[in-house]
Amino acid sequence: MIQVFSFYLFAALTILSAVFVIMSRNPVHSVLWLIMAFFNAAGLMVLVGAEFIAMLLVIVYVGAVAVLFLFVVMMLDIDFAELRAGFVKNFPLGLAIALVLLAELVFGIGAYSAGALEMGHAAAAASPQIDGASNIESIGAVLYGKYLFLFESAGIILLVAMVGAIVLTHRERKDTRGQNIGRQIRRRPQDATVNVRPEVGKGVQL
Amino acid sequence: MTEFFMNLGMNYEWAWFVATICGILLIALPLMLGVAMIIYADRKIWAAMALRRGPNVVGPFGLLQSFADGLKVFLQETIIPSAANKGLFLIAPIITFTVALLAWAVIPFNSGAILADINVGLLYVLAISSLGVYGVVIAGWASNSKYPFFSAMRAAAQMISYEVSIGFILICVVLWAGSFNMNEIVQAQKGTVLGFINGFVANPLLFPMWVLFLISGMAETARAPFDLTEAESELVAGYQTEYSSMAFALYWLGEYANVLLMCTLNAVLFWGGYLPPVDWAPLYVVPGFVWLLVKILFFFFIFSWVKATVPRYRYDQLMRLGWKVFLPMSLLWVVLVSGWLMLTRYGGAV
Repeated sequence: MIQVFSFYLFAALTILSAVFVIMSRNPVHSVLWLIMAFFNAAGLMVLVGAEFIAMLLVIVYVGAVAVLFLFVVMMLDIDFAELRAGFVKNFPLGLAIALVLLAELVFGIGAYSAGALEMGHAAAAASPQIDGASNIESIGAVLYGKYLFLFESAGIILLVAMVGAIVLTHRERKDTRGQNIGRQIRRRPQDATVNVRPEVGKGVQL
Repeated sequence: MTEFFMNLGMNYEWAWFVATICGILLIALPLMLGVAMIIYADRKIWAAMALRRGPNVVGPFGLLQSFADGLKVFLQETIIPSAANKGLFLIAPIITFTVALLAWAVIPFNSGAILADINVGLLYVLAISSLGVYGVVIAGWASNSKYPFFSAMRAAAQMISYEVSIGFILICVVLWAGSFNMNEIVQAQKGTVLGFINGFVANPLLFPMWVLFLISGMAETARAPFDLTEAESELVAGYQTEYSSMAFALYWLGEYANVLLMCTLNAVLFWGGYLPPVDWAPLYVVPGFVWLLVKILFFFFIFSWVKATVPRYRYDQLMRLGWKVFLPMSLLWVVLVSGWLMLTRYGGAV
């Protein structure tokens, strides 16, 4: 009873907020609706028993990615009229993408309901849930056991992308003075101050 | 508690429902009372360190000061700036306050006394604490005013930065405990060091992680010396500048509830939670809840102490500390801890 109620609540809110992402006039509102959609999707995942994925969705997407989205969108100076202008021109392209996604969804569901896949050794792919083990343990067993090399190569690709982004955007600035913490801590009063007693009328050599 | 309500003649679903509501109230109401008293304690400690008296007028020893403040704020007019985005302006404090209460669901107050004993308890805490930034960012943007906006930008950058290192620190704890479940993490600390000390903090390999966690916790909750989001000399009052009345009070309460949560996490993850400090039978006579409370108060005292004595960080220093010191160090520690466990606990076999 409560499961059915929660499912329809989360599902309806996910779709509704996804619609508002593209409907709202203000980009900041769009990002906030997107966060709402992520959150409800996480709720759906909890309902199917994938609590680990649900928590990761919230931590990674809501907690980090969407914050950066929001960060960027808030900083932008957006001309709403200009934003609307491209709508008619880009409408066919958007429609084409939507149709492709719909077709993929239909094929995916059709293939799934047609029966188990027999590609190579699909036992683990078909039922990642190991009996009696929690979510995290079964994901770990699959990810760090069977698909270790795929997992590691995904990690390396991400690392390369990260290094690339830093290399592309980093610029050396010559006009700023960084703080040298080590030097500051090593510095003692006698290095910086001297005690002098000048004769009257002579002054001090600086 | 579900059984208790089932014995009263309810069916399972209703008993579960009523038990959960009662559990939420049992946590939230004492928490709100605790926040009110902790604000008083914070002001008293701060005053004592500055050789002042602190609140001492309302009630005996000024104990009712927080309630007087609450009443005053409650009777104020709620002012919404005409240029503000009205809906978001009002939602933002509600988000902060709600998020501050949500994470308490997985805190074990005693063995078995936990509202939601879920497998991914620690991840849940991390997920909820990563939501905290939205209340601040939305407030800053919706106020449509420059100082709150600067404050929101700072808060977003600061919280993301320190969440990264907190994540790695928690992974060290999880590796040692072998579970994400909060209750199991506490139980794993029973006699963990030399067979009789309860708490990961006494473990030489995990002790540096506790120090990092304490400091990151201060940065995550934007407490002094990391309170750059509300640095009054630069940003008036930060993201709260445009807020008044209960909206302001919700920020105030949420902030202190978050500080208490950080103290609790310190106690639960590193100091043995509801276990007594030493695994010695007579100490278990004292209820676990009391031990947890004592530890929370101890950490809150440390938080106040730091607030009263340490000057505020500069923004670039804050970022440097997060990204260039804490992140590499916690990353290194993940490797060290997992390597050590592989060598000792899992037999070194590959």
